[in-house]
Amino acid sequence: MSDSTVFTAADPDEVHRIDDLDENVDIYAASGAESDGRVFNAVGGDWEDIVGEVGSRPEERIVVNMGPQHPSTHGVLRLILELEGETVTEARAGIGYLHTGIEKNMEFRTWTQGVTFCTRMDYVMPLHTETAYCLAVEKLLGITDQIPERASAIRVLMMELNRITSHLVCMGTGGMEMGATTVMTIGFRERERILSVFEMISGLRMNHAYIRPGGVAQDLPAGALQAIRDLIPEVRKGIHELELLMIENPILKGRMVGVGSLDLTGCMALGITGPMLRSAGLPHDLRKSAPYCGYEKYDFDIPVRHGADAYDRLCVRIDEMYQSLRIVEQVCDELQNNPGPVMVEDKKIAWPAQLAVGPDGMGNSLAHIKEIMGTSMESLIHHFKLVTEGFRVPPGQAYAAVESAKGELGCHAVSDGGTRPYRVHFREPSFNNLQAVSAMCEGAQVADVIVAVASIDPVMGGVDR
Amino acid sequence: MTETTPPAVDPHAAAQDNLPAAPGTTPEPVEVGERRGMFGARDTGDTTGYGGLRAPILFPGAAVRPYGGNFDALADAVEGAIEPGMIERVVIDRGEMTLVVPREHLPAVARALRDDPALRFEMCLSVSGVHYLAETGKELHVVYHLLSITNGGRRLRLEVTAPDSDPHIPSVVPSYPAADWHERETWDMFGIIFDGHPALTRVLMPDDWPGHPQRKDYPLGGIPVEYKGGTVPPPDQRRAYN
Repeated sequence: MSDSTVFTAADPDEVHRIDDLDENVDIYAASGAESDGRVFNAVGGDWEDIVGEVGSRPEERIVVNMGPQHPSTHGVLRLILELEGETVTEARAGIGYLHTGIEKNMEFRTWTQGVTFCTRMDYVMPLHTETAYCLAVEKLLGITDQIPERASAIRVLMMELNRITSHLVCMGTGGMEMGATTVMTIGFRERERILSVFEMISGLRMNHAYIRPGGVAQDLPAGALQAIRDLIPEVRKGIHELELLMIENPILKGRMVGVGSLDLTGCMALGITGPMLRSAGLPHDLRKSAPYCGYEKYDFDIPVRHGADAYDRLCVRIDEMYQSLRIVEQVCDELQNNPGPVMVEDKKIAWPAQLAVGPDGMGNSLAHIKEIMGTSMESLIHHFKLVTEGFRVPPGQAYAAVESAKGELGCHAVSDGGTRPYRVHFREPSFNNLQAVSAMCEGAQVADVIVAVASIDPVMGGVDR
Repeated sequence: MTETTPPAVDPHAAAQDNLPAAPGTTPEPVEVGERRGMFGARDTGDTTGYGGLRAPILFPGAAVRPYGGNFDALADAVEGAIEPGMIERVVIDRGEMTLVVPREHLPAVARALRDDPALRFEMCLSVSGVHYLAETGKELHVVYHLLSITNGGRRLRLEVTAPDSDPHIPSVVPSYPAADWHERETWDMFGIIFDGHPALTRVLMPDDWPGHPQRKDYPLGGIPVEYKGGTVPPPDQRRAYN
């Protein structure tokens, strides 16, 4: 390993101790960079002293790094704010702190394994990402029409439940950032109910890898539909509780009405989709304008508001959750009457067996094990080839988009005819919508930045991928 | 079926036969590379006897009129809005329309697609790069996905190529401000320089990062993982069947 990189400890002379800090050294600057003005370090000292020092020179504009480890920036978002007093004169977002190279990694796994990676992008709405990816792969394979109706209905069911959990996280964390802890506890309490249903169906609360190219990994377990039916009134009650708590609350309205404004022109220029666009008055929703997974079968409305501010985005999200529950009810009725398969018929694509719980935990069903180990060598070879090698996808490119909780989530997949993606790119709504931070925050107060960013609902796993 | 209609080829045929490459779905498919052997494993000698197979990787080429569906109307509108010769070819594949545009014409085409009343592609949703190592002279592709909400959610893809030796493509930010971060990401990941971009800096990788990670000649990296005496090599060094 002589040619490997050797990491050495930093030169002790370059390490600045806390007692050096009053010498105006920017400890976070790149080596060799010259600082462009006075540096205040909020480390190790008395906070009052720093504030006093800053306040002693009120004529100066100061640049504040909010994040990447600030509790109210939704994960590792770094906001670079230029302040004049309490007014934000410039706002820029710094991202990339959670970049893990998911798209690159997917090029080194099979098409089916790709689901396991992309589900970790936006971890608050993993099922939307999985569906977008699978729709793109299915388009490449040319099997979009062959997906069984039951599989599509299960996808819709999971996506709509996921939309509710995503909105609940958005409202819960957004409320907490404004100091309303109860909003957070109610939001996460209701989310937890849905996550336990996800766990019942997919085995996991998050990062499910449940939706697969060709269908879904597994049919709904016994009792799942009843569990969802029992859940709907409870969640509806919880959402109503949140609604009562928030919508007419004068403190909340004071913090949110007219804050983070981005009108329709701004939304169109910046490619904004989802609740932000609908809060600006445009009823654009891919579930209606370009239905996928059979959304045209269900009866639901697209909530629209016209205020284009943080408050109206909140209202749109609350209304959307009720509509999602409506869809979930209809899907439950449909699934009750449709016992069909949940995977395409093509055995070159469909996973060979359904999973089952055995005495040693979850694995392939006993009947399948008996077949491949006892009776059919061809089945064994087929199972082995499909699982290790995967299936081949004809060369070409495809783009598939779903209306996720945050806007249009698209997947551009390129195949070179191999068993692995040649390139997968995700059009993440959070990534795109974060571009609006400057337009929404400049000229406003520092405190409004928090509310404005929360109303975008960025999830850094999706932004940075 | 008239003579100009492209032959109806099942795009799924290759997957069914498990053959290395699909037949071209258009009269003149574009070759983007070559696939060798039958089973994709390259780390051992040719024990199968199929190692000598050479199959071209064929992407759909220029489509022939009539395109079918709503594509003819859209193509007419596009031809009416821009000057002739600004489009290299039109590809219709898997229900999606792609305009392959020479890079020098990209800003004019983007502006026309946005402003022409019959087109009104008011949103540029996504910019994505693809690195085709074997396509000499046009290794780097940039793919734009446009959406027209005015025309009922109509979609269009633009594809632009640049050689590795001169990775410059004009920016579409003047027409589509939303492409700002997307182009920065494509620069960051592929090293494609978007001329005219207001601030083309890295967006995901650190500012001082060497190289552009999504390029095909950039290694994935990773370390071998040892578990109970066995060692699993990093993903790019494991046996592959691609």
